[in-house]
Amino acid sequence: MIEAKHVSKWFEGQQVLYDINAIFDSGKTNLIIGQSGSGKTVFMKCLIGLLTPEEGEILYDGRRMRDMDISHKRELRTEIGMLFQGSALFDNETVLGNVMFPLKMFSKMTRAEQLERAQFCIDRVGLVNANDKYPSEISGGMQKRVAIARAIALNPKYLFCDEPNSGLDPQTSILIDELLSDITHEYNITTVINTHDMNSVLGIGENIVFINRGHCDWKGNDHTIYKSNNQALNNFVFASRLFKEVKSYLEKRDESES
Amino acid sequence: MILDSIKTFGKYCLFMAQVVRRPDKWREFFKSLIFEISKLGVDSIPLVIIISLFIGAVICIQMTINITSPLIPAYSTGMATREILVLEFSSTMMCLILAGKVGSNIASEIGTMRVTEQIDAIEIMGLNSANFIVFPKIIGFVLFVPVLCILSMFMGLVGGALIAQFTDMISMENYIYGIQSFFVPWNVYYSIIKTVVFAYLITSISAFYGFYVKGGALEVGKASTNAVVSSSILILLADVILTKLLLQ
Repeated sequence: MIEAKHVSKWFEGQQVLYDINAIFDSGKTNLIIGQSGSGKTVFMKCLIGLLTPEEGEILYDGRRMRDMDISHKRELRTEIGMLFQGSALFDNETVLGNVMFPLKMFSKMTRAEQLERAQFCIDRVGLVNANDKYPSEISGGMQKRVAIARAIALNPKYLFCDEPNSGLDPQTSILIDELLSDITHEYNITTVINTHDMNSVLGIGENIVFINRGHCDWKGNDHTIYKSNNQALNNFVFASRLFKEVKSYLEKRDESES
Repeated sequence: MILDSIKTFGKYCLFMAQVVRRPDKWREFFKSLIFEISKLGVDSIPLVIIISLFIGAVICIQMTINITSPLIPAYSTGMATREILVLEFSSTMMCLILAGKVGSNIASEIGTMRVTEQIDAIEIMGLNSANFIVFPKIIGFVLFVPVLCILSMFMGLVGGALIAQFTDMISMENYIYGIQSFFVPWNVYYSIIKTVVFAYLITSISAFYGFYVKGGALEVGKASTNAVVSSSILILLADVILTKLLLQ
């Protein structure tokens, strides 16, 4: 479980996060949603420790990040997997090399064991015949899968995903969402996903935090989101005609059920 | 302007404090080191050979044309060619040229890694990204650059020899006698010491500019240019200081 308590962040005198409190549960897909520029990426970077909030604290299963020295932070980071928006695969490594990288750097496995584990992760994300290919030789969806395989190689306790569906077609996006959801439940990972993809919100949003102009405006899940009276949230989530229709359908269904 | 320079220098010192640390895994460090020696050093050999060969030939021609006094012995052409190559060309000029090739390569590579979040990915894994990426580059180039320096001296002298062989400007005997006359071995050591310092400046400054890129492709290009310009200026400054310290 990851807790954010009263997190505030400034950049050059300008406040971008305002007193954010949130809890991200283990074994759940936790979503941070919000418009572009709302501060969700800054919040996620604060959670990971790439940025330090001026106020508030981040706790990893009760361990205060602020109190950790460099060696403890490094230790914590070996428990973290991260899927970046652009995949962030190493250009000079093959698919297999990318997945093996954290194993080579942090595990005490033999090379054969590393290969076995890397192959297991590659198979788990559904990549076939791609081991010897370089990132530039595979599609965006495959790159995301490789990044997920790399992120789970060390059996992380915490998995962060920054806009995992950006640049992907809807079908591949759903596959990536399902994969992240399956992995989260399978290994009881605390997964935090930063997204503004509404398919993800309604598909895998077990715990949702809505950030609006640096404020935590709403918390809930994929069942409660369409019942919210929060205007900013409704404007954001149900901006498209399709999702407006989805919302009215769900509301009608609830009325008829009650 | 001065305040900015001081700030940048401070940032550079902090960056180097991150870079010069014990590697997280020695085995991976040595693998990276071999790769960097090959990429930054061995791949520069053709450039060094071509430039040194032609510049050696040109220096020899110019010396022959300009030393026309009957009071100056004919072999002085070879001697002057050697001195120019050993004292300045194979160290300073060669490193200025390499700053363009190696410096821009390092700055753009690391800059691209920054903007594509590869550095963040390394950092998130708990590695010291500056040490992991930059340290093998600095050590690799610093170790290999004396080879390039000596190769440059040799090829420059070969260039002069080709002029002696294929033109009637100077006889081969006079040229060979000239390049052996009044030879001071310390000058070679002086040149190698200079190239080692210049190699450190090229790699560390270029890595610094690449590492702190913010933005996209445009900024990577700017960082690459700034890296080459700054390295070149500092090479020239270091040249003056080292010459004063080592040759006086």
